[in-house]
Amino acid sequence: MSGRPARRGFSSGLAAAGQLGPATVWLVLFLLVPLALVVQFSFATRDTGAARAVLPWTTLPYRTALDPAFLPIFWRTLVYATVTTLACLLLAFPLAWFIARHGGRFRTVLLALVLIPFWASYLARVYAWKALLDGDGPINRLLSVVGLGRDGGFLLTDTAVVLGLTYGFLPFMVLPLYVACVRFDHQLVEASYDLGHGRLATFFRVVLPGVLPGILAGSLLVLVPAAGDFVTPSLLGGVDQTTFGSVVDDQFGGGNNWPLGSAMAVLLLVLVVVALLARGRRGEDVL
Amino acid sequence: MNVSSRRASRRRGDGGAGGGGVERTSAGRSGGEHHGAEQARPAARRTARRGTGPRRGVRRPWRLGTAAAAVYVFLYAPILWLALVSFNDSRTLSTLTGFSLRWYAELANDERVVSALLLSLRLAAASAVIATVIGTLAAFGLRRAFRGRGLWTTLLALPLVVPEVVLGVSLLAFCVQLMGIPLGFGALLLAHVTFSLSYVVVVVRARLAGLDPRIEEAAADLGADPLTRWRTVTLPLIAPAVGAGAAFAFVLSFDDVVTSGYLTGVGSTTLPVFVYGQARRGVSPEVVALSTAMVAASAALLLLGVLVTVVRARRAGRSAARDVLASAS
Repeated sequence: MSGRPARRGFSSGLAAAGQLGPATVWLVLFLLVPLALVVQFSFATRDTGAARAVLPWTTLPYRTALDPAFLPIFWRTLVYATVTTLACLLLAFPLAWFIARHGGRFRTVLLALVLIPFWASYLARVYAWKALLDGDGPINRLLSVVGLGRDGGFLLTDTAVVLGLTYGFLPFMVLPLYVACVRFDHQLVEASYDLGHGRLATFFRVVLPGVLPGILAGSLLVLVPAAGDFVTPSLLGGVDQTTFGSVVDDQFGGGNNWPLGSAMAVLLLVLVVVALLARGRRGEDVL
Repeated sequence: MNVSSRRASRRRGDGGAGGGGVERTSAGRSGGEHHGAEQARPAARRTARRGTGPRRGVRRPWRLGTAAAAVYVFLYAPILWLALVSFNDSRTLSTLTGFSLRWYAELANDERVVSALLLSLRLAAASAVIATVIGTLAAFGLRRAFRGRGLWTTLLALPLVVPEVVLGVSLLAFCVQLMGIPLGFGALLLAHVTFSLSYVVVVVRARLAGLDPRIEEAAADLGADPLTRWRTVTLPLIAPAVGAGAAFAFVLSFDDVVTSGYLTGVGSTTLPVFVYGQARRGVSPEVVALSTAMVAASAALLLLGVLVTVVRARRAGRSAARDVLASAS
């Protein structure tokens, strides 16, 4: 993983401090302090005048955030994120396996081709789906010929949102999976066959456990941003596709309720921590 | 080589002869244009409908290839459609009526777009420089053995897992309520360096891990002091990774919309934030053209970055792409 363990000693420690210093100061100041501030706000009272958080401290934001009214939104967000992760997995696995096993000298090129759309602006890529799924867009026109078209196209549907999310985060799944597939020793498959396993048993008992670190790392990289994203739902979905991210966004925007928004942001962070812990140390060497 | 009776026997040598029969996988999407995933799949005549099982020797899994090709179509079709529509001379998205540059002309004449673009470029350049410098330094620091290294590794990777919304609102609260920093360029810079930093650290660390420490030790043995050693030996060796990290940081900054959305000030909007504001109103050809231009800009930057790294790596004798890919894992 990391480089050689260098000589221990006073000068070495001093040098490490010097090298890590700037980044540490930066992250403490502009990441940890702001996050601590959000945690603090999440227990504060809303100041109607300036939308900011003030004393007295209260657990009201959390009580509001956990109100049954928000339950459908939580649930929907989790479903979107989970389905997106699974869809990415289904699409990415054959691709990663193919490139790793049969890419030959084109491996790098094939992988770069996966990455290029990822470099294309995220917003532009969501927008491309907006154009495609529009009532006036090509997909709806084509389907109308067969009689499957819809008025107004496929925007404002759950399908559109999940499609957009899957498209947006697919490369995050391909990369760790690819790394895992490259590291996977293919002789294990041969051995499995020689020992009498069939194709399915080999896949589930040999291949899948073998590439599990990649699956875990990729799932984390897709699940977390998908759960927090609100750009895709807001562009491809409608009122019925409101996600958790949109609600947080609202509280800091038009909703003007920073404490509630902070409480929700904290809940989102809790989800991240849970996901990280669930991944455990096994996915760590891939990520 | 025993040919098991379970599989379809195929009359083919091990050489993998046969031309690349490219099957058009029309995945029910808009005109599946050509994409780069042209797999050389031999036109193997198959007698049984079975996937090719593993067997020693060369196999050409055409099924897997088809699945992979379909995913490539999925990846590229939307972007290509976007590009096509941006050159369309009518407002419609579904029928291509003729070639025209009118939407691009409108963009170039739109002052808001031009000023947002300039701000985005300045911001991306500034944050890439800062993130690359302190990120590279930190990657070196993590190379050393010291107590609590795991903690630092976690801290430096933290921005990767903090959802963008949370980062955005936390910095908004920080700037507005705690520090009184005005929203705009400065606030945006804080955010952009924060989320780019991790990428730089990851990329440079991956490269450092692959370095042979004996090279540096040799330099030391030959009497080079630490600074000279670093300048003449270590830095040239990791230059490709530093370049890749800088390119990452630049593009991440240039594309960011969520975090930036909270920190833009009056009259200082980044291009993606501007586009997002426009995009919410529905699909318009102006935004399609703008999106296409952004894709083209990112692609050009990526290409430039790759070219620079490849040239450098050629000199250093290692594949640059491997760095970028290693970094992404």
